[in-house]
Amino acid sequence: MSRPGFVLEVDRSTPPILFHHGEGFRLEKLPPGSRVVYPAEPVAPLKDPDGAIRHALLNPVGDSQPLPSLLHAGMKLTIAMDNQAVPLPPMQKPDNRQRVIEIVLDMAAAAGVDDVELIVAHGLHRRQTEPELRHMLGDRIYDAFAPHGMLTQHDAEDHDNLVLVGRTEQGEHVELNKRAVTSDLLIYVNVNLVAMDGGHKSTMTGISSYRSLKHHHNVTGMQHSRSFMDPPNSELHNSTWRMGRLLAGAVKIFQIETTLNTDTFPSQFSFLQKREWEWSARDRASFLATSKSLEHVPPRIARSIFHGIKSPQRMTSVQAGEVEAVHALTLQNLHRQHLVPVEGQADVLTMGLPYLGPYNVNSILNPLLVMCLGLGYFFNLYRGKPLVRKGGVVIMSHPTRWEFHPVHHPSYIDFFEQVLAETTDPIEIEKKFEESFATDPWYIHLYRNSYAYHGVHAFYMWYWGAHALQHVGQVIIVGGEPRAVRRMGFKPASTLRDALEMAEDVVGRNPSITHIHNPPIFLADVT
Amino acid sequence: MRIGVARFPLGKPNWPSSVPRPPVKRRTGVDYDTEWARTPAARLARAVIVDDVLRPALHVIASPTVHGADRLVGLEAPAIFVANHHSHLDTSVLLTSLPERFRHKAIVAAAADYFFTSRTKGAMSALTIGAIPMERTKVGRRSADLAAELLGDGWNLIMFPEGGRSPDGWGRAFRGGAAYLSLRCGRPVVPLYIEGTGRLWRRGKSWPKIAGKGEGVHLVFGAPMWPEEGEDARRLAARVEKAVAALADEWATDWWTARQRAAAGTTPALTGPSGGAWRRAWALDADASSRTGRRSWP
Repeated sequence: MSRPGFVLEVDRSTPPILFHHGEGFRLEKLPPGSRVVYPAEPVAPLKDPDGAIRHALLNPVGDSQPLPSLLHAGMKLTIAMDNQAVPLPPMQKPDNRQRVIEIVLDMAAAAGVDDVELIVAHGLHRRQTEPELRHMLGDRIYDAFAPHGMLTQHDAEDHDNLVLVGRTEQGEHVELNKRAVTSDLLIYVNVNLVAMDGGHKSTMTGISSYRSLKHHHNVTGMQHSRSFMDPPNSELHNSTWRMGRLLAGAVKIFQIETTLNTDTFPSQFSFLQKREWEWSARDRASFLATSKSLEHVPPRIARSIFHGIKSPQRMTSVQAGEVEAVHALTLQNLHRQHLVPVEGQADVLTMGLPYLGPYNVNSILNPLLVMCLGLGYFFNLYRGKPLVRKGGVVIMSHPTRWEFHPVHHPSYIDFFEQVLAETTDPIEIEKKFEESFATDPWYIHLYRNSYAYHGVHAFYMWYWGAHALQHVGQVIIVGGEPRAVRRMGFKPASTLRDALEMAEDVVGRNPSITHIHNPPIFLADVT
Repeated sequence: MRIGVARFPLGKPNWPSSVPRPPVKRRTGVDYDTEWARTPAARLARAVIVDDVLRPALHVIASPTVHGADRLVGLEAPAIFVANHHSHLDTSVLLTSLPERFRHKAIVAAAADYFFTSRTKGAMSALTIGAIPMERTKVGRRSADLAAELLGDGWNLIMFPEGGRSPDGWGRAFRGGAAYLSLRCGRPVVPLYIEGTGRLWRRGKSWPKIAGKGEGVHLVFGAPMWPEEGEDARRLAARVEKAVAALADEWATDWWTARQRAAAGTTPALTGPSGGAWRRAWALDADASSRTGRRSWP
């Protein structure tokens, strides 16, 4: 039985608390009276995930028939799936997607279905390389489908293969992958790492176009998503739900969603998942050996070590059938793992940012992604109200080097150097610069033919933090490269003590402090 | 009186001819006692032999590549590993390719009439690969009891249900031993397909040859199979045989094609086409030559 998450009140006897710090760690002594939110321990995984998948496909929820009765010879079947942005870190083989799709294809084979295509639902993310696809789907699927062109990666700029399904009453264009929309059955396979993922958002981001995405990926939408980790209170989800319902009226969709536990790090990093006072001699030795050796290796090497980590996360639930009924169950299962009750907001929110976010698998967590991870994802890991009060301070710990992956994030470089040099106001950025980046032929070329994120993706990173930027009074980055931190309009500090002193200028003396001990991931239920 | 031989009571007494002699206790064949080979000292020695001698040697000789090991994720030991059988290399390739949690507590059902014909040969087999003697013509009580007892003690069992190496490159019908043990002990059968060992060391050759470029051995793990409700050993054995044939098809084509053919019941049989010997050899050759870089049997 796993222990639930809880809030620790720091006193003089509390040991230093672990902060992730990019490709490294810091142990920080928090002032007495601070609170630390600890995630729940990993819940027990499914004993027989393959059996559970079969059961879910044969016993769908909502208004849906069992999968075998939806499959017949001569039909056109499309299976779309989440891309490698989830889970984080990439999970040890076999990935949930491989398990699910193999069983789905087994049923399709039994029904005599020949016309099958698999689509990786990238949205505006970069294409995946062959090894990345093999890791996600397994060699069996890759070898059977990729050589015949039956495993494709969604291209949001291939206008010949996009089709406008219609417009919602609010005027939102629903433009999606033609193959998916013109199929007799569209199966979407999802890995729900956090509550933001899944439901209608899967198709509406994964296999749609920029014209469609801009209706919900915008500053106003993000500022009215409180938070985007809580779908009922998220404008991002309201919009995708409206659009998704329109699609569901046009295409038969069979949604399969899986959830994972938070067994995030392999045994050599098990100390990252334990509460500090429970570290054994082995954990302490591992921590010292790891952190000391990482201090002496170049960031490039440290990065490659960390990106080699494959998480031992395991499936905790699988549900299939009609999109909304499936997603309601998924959220229940996610909350079983993630929810931690927290009372009241703090003046200062501290967080240690790890090496990895959804957009830098096998890549660099550049300063824009640091902002997105801290102010976008970590800040929004709440339900109810934010962990920090309006006008409070967020302190993040990360090296924040002025460093970008030139192949994966080309438009980020220009965004950082040109756009942020002029303004950091999301509304002004959106109005003045978005269109030119989104339609830039060079970025489009790199997105379609290289391994680059779409030109507009850098903007979305900034918008993801728009709610936090509107809410907090100051953002401080501990240990960050000063010029990169200042470029984003934040303040650099060399130690946590300095950062807390700086925060006092904004929130007054003796502020209340909450630290989120994340990852592993949790969702604060703030009352 | 013979000189030089001590007499009773110093020497052995004569056996009275009127008293029937008890049957001589055989200590070879199926009666060879392999218990010593499962003591901690012998297991340690075997672990060293398997990991530090056999694995590197096989890497040079056969360059084995493992496919589908992910199908074993979450499978708890013990299990019964069942494969097609073309060569003496099969056992070593399979044993060294098993995930560690299975490999170091594994026994191999070896033909009692081949590997245990002498005590030295039996000792070598028991020590190096953890062989236990198994009658290949029937499920003998002694060998079946021993295998069941060891499965019950948590030992993984490797079996080749064809009952011997292929004489001509095609497989033979699976016998029911593995299925019987699976039903009796309630443990899963893991089907495997081994490809290419026959090219390197076929039946009748004294020594293996070293794999050239593109001639390496491939081993495909299948998903564990549990006995179904009301299934008997014969039906389970037939299902296992089909699963191995589907793995062979998966290797020869691709996973999706193999699944489609398995669903349609058109998976090519391991046993090859019926007909004269030359036609079987011909078909084997045609099958092999269609695959780039893979040479025909032998």
